[in-house]
Amino acid sequence: MSHTDAPKGTDYLHADYSIKSWLLTLDHKRIAILYLITISLFLAIGGSMALIIRMELLTPEGDLLMSDTYNKAFTVHGVTLIFFFLIPSIPAVLGNFLIPLMIGARDVAFPRLNLLSWYVFTTGGTLGVIALVVGGVDTGWTFYTPYSTSFSNTAVVTAVFAVFFAGFASIMTGLNFIVTIHKMRAPGLTWSRLPLFIWAQYATSVIMVLGTPVIAITLLLIAAEKTLRIGIFDPALGGDPILFQHLFWFYSHPAVYIMILPSMGVISELIACFSRKRIFGYEFVAYSSIAIAVLGFVVWGHHMFVSGQSMYAGMVFSVLSFLVSIPSAVKIFNWIATMHKGQIRLDSPMLYALGFIGLFTIGGLTGLFLAVMGLDIHVHDTYFVVAHFHYIMVGGAILGFFGGIHFWWPKITGRLYPEILGKLSAVLIFIGFNFTFLPQFIAGYLGMPRRTHSYSEEFQVLNVLSSAGASILASGTIIAVAYLLWSLWYGEKAGRNPWNAKGLEWETSTPPPTTNFERTPTVTEEAYAYGPDDESGEVNNERD
Amino acid sequence: MNSGGLMPEQASNFAQEMDLLYYVLIGLTVFFALLVFVPMLYFVVKYRAGSKADRTRPTYHNLKLELAWSLIPLAMGLVVFVWGAKLFVEMYTPLESENALQITVVGKQWMWHLQHPTGQRENNELHIPTGRPIQLTMISQDVIHSFFVPAFRIKRDVLPGRYVTMWFEATKTGRYHLYCAEYCGTDHAKMTGWVYVMKPEEYERWLVASKWGAVSDAARDTMAEAGERLYNDMQCNSCHDPAAQNAPSLAGLFGKERRLSDGRVVTAGEDYIRRSIYKPNSMKVIGYEPIMPTYEGLIDEQEVLQLIAYIRSVRDEADDLTGRETTPEGDS
Repeated sequence: MSHTDAPKGTDYLHADYSIKSWLLTLDHKRIAILYLITISLFLAIGGSMALIIRMELLTPEGDLLMSDTYNKAFTVHGVTLIFFFLIPSIPAVLGNFLIPLMIGARDVAFPRLNLLSWYVFTTGGTLGVIALVVGGVDTGWTFYTPYSTSFSNTAVVTAVFAVFFAGFASIMTGLNFIVTIHKMRAPGLTWSRLPLFIWAQYATSVIMVLGTPVIAITLLLIAAEKTLRIGIFDPALGGDPILFQHLFWFYSHPAVYIMILPSMGVISELIACFSRKRIFGYEFVAYSSIAIAVLGFVVWGHHMFVSGQSMYAGMVFSVLSFLVSIPSAVKIFNWIATMHKGQIRLDSPMLYALGFIGLFTIGGLTGLFLAVMGLDIHVHDTYFVVAHFHYIMVGGAILGFFGGIHFWWPKITGRLYPEILGKLSAVLIFIGFNFTFLPQFIAGYLGMPRRTHSYSEEFQVLNVLSSAGASILASGTIIAVAYLLWSLWYGEKAGRNPWNAKGLEWETSTPPPTTNFERTPTVTEEAYAYGPDDESGEVNNERD
Repeated sequence: MNSGGLMPEQASNFAQEMDLLYYVLIGLTVFFALLVFVPMLYFVVKYRAGSKADRTRPTYHNLKLELAWSLIPLAMGLVVFVWGAKLFVEMYTPLESENALQITVVGKQWMWHLQHPTGQRENNELHIPTGRPIQLTMISQDVIHSFFVPAFRIKRDVLPGRYVTMWFEATKTGRYHLYCAEYCGTDHAKMTGWVYVMKPEEYERWLVASKWGAVSDAARDTMAEAGERLYNDMQCNSCHDPAAQNAPSLAGLFGKERRLSDGRVVTAGEDYIRRSIYKPNSMKVIGYEPIMPTYEGLIDEQEVLQLIAYIRSVRDEADDLTGRETTPEGDS
């Protein structure tokens, strides 16, 4: 970067320019940047696979890719985007950067553990890319047995070890955040004054610490069955394939909340700032994060209604799934109520927040179709499910991530991005997304199964629409990446608080100094104290 | 198929109720989406920064309102839960009806093998009559598959190592897609087929016609006859005939309770018989030496189903010859 004018040592970006100072940094802000660069590469890999998949599905015949190649492509897509992008995305980037700043701390509780987590994650990710792209894995991200353990001749063992590594990075991050949030809050920053982003990160961290060990063990069991032929999941060896599904979803359903809860935390910050109002029903929103984390652990069986699980277990999981939808609904209604009598500005981050509310609402409601046992019989493993979880994971998790990146970009990089392009890409992403995934609900109910490179002719119109939408979605994303990179060199320099937002992270200089604050701040008011006397949301890009 | 439509054809007894449930959920989705989107967009316009809207006395809490938008959706959800659970139980509870046409399904990479009780075997095609419940007994011989006919709104995972059943009644003649819905490897996309629904008399004609080409006795067998042939060919009879002393008789076995040497009491259903053939040592019947060898690798899943059909068929005619360890009223 060309910050030659900034005196060395003034902020974390310019404290030292050497490669070593980045690779051995203990600064949570620099580790966040390391994570941002790494996961962006995984987003590029997983995203480009999505485009290849959509290209193949333009026609009913499997004419672009061989079936094996297609199977490997959607496995790359799923594994990289879930394990190496979405799960670490907001926690490891925005969480790492913001948690100490938001709570007035100098760093996270265990800076070395933080750096170690990045190395472990990068090792896992690299191994994953080698397994998936060089070797190829054709199991899908779900690694269902006995296919993965006894039938697939692809690099399954390497891939599960890669995910195993990434899981440990996740545990380290979660542990670090829990201790940091408990022990390092600034004087006066009580639990009821915490930003809702912190509550969401806290709930997410609890899931990471409690859930990830289960997937780690499950993945080792896959490796054990595959290499040592110990019968655990394959009935031919005396195992039980349903046991795998229980273990897998015991983690992987809560993992959906690892992806979506941090985004909800971001949205709370954005809605409050761009409505110039305190969040309506702060307690309900805060506790709903905890409720989601807890209830999220007891609904995994709704992935298994048609898989041979007991009917009565299915009923329990179905009713609990309705319960877990309530805290999410509470958040949405409270965000809308927050906008009531606000001073609403539609800057790019707010467009992402509104997009999130729209898409997450549809994603959540279509999730109910799948929680209804009878209806799940028909739509299970069809494109209806594909559409539903993309509404949650892309429409929810990724829009929240993009919204957060735009909101805190000036603080992180010290630069402003071009607002016009920001709005354009937010709108393109929203339109492209709906174009891509709305038709898939219809294709799914018509009966189009997932994970096939060829399909019955009558689904073609819907698939062409979907592929067309994917190109709009991709354009919007590429534009965003382009102007964000451009802004690093040519963007207008950002002031301390360009959005005129509340929160400790905006009180320190931009970019923050290595030590975050010159002196430890004292908190005397609740979060989002946007009072009636503070109604101007005008951009205030004064520099200190 | 009705290409271009938004809904699949309704060709089974479950299709209408499934679609009704779907429409109700779409209704709920639209209702709640409007409940979110309309105020959101209204506020964005009305309370845009600098507008003249009244902003006095903003509210930050309203417990009653928050409880209302937590509990009302929950109550609505519970109604749908009960309905969905009821439909699910109806679809997945095995039929007891004698009238049901029992079709066996064996899934394997990447093909469906189906067999009619009268012995007709089909690959990736299934011919069935209207007006009569069809019960599928399904097993996989390798990985997990999933038997899915969208026009019937039925689907169930087909597992290796254990039988699952599913039933429906076709209501409309025609040709309908059969898919594998659970990803099963290289040619998962090609593991498709057709279900032909015919009028009952046409089905009878089809049953006869499909045996015309049979060149061997074996091809003319019903499932139970095929099972009996196998029973004799594999010399199961040398130990298991009613007169034999060193193994339990199989006559009248199906559906009875069996006491095992490890103390378990199990019902001699399909899974019990299959396991006894493949893993006899895990199913030792009390009172007998464990001398039976495994038939894993010698008899495939399709043949096991034929043996089961045979064992079922000898139930009535030999009820007086039940094995000494079975309880006469254990029939379920």
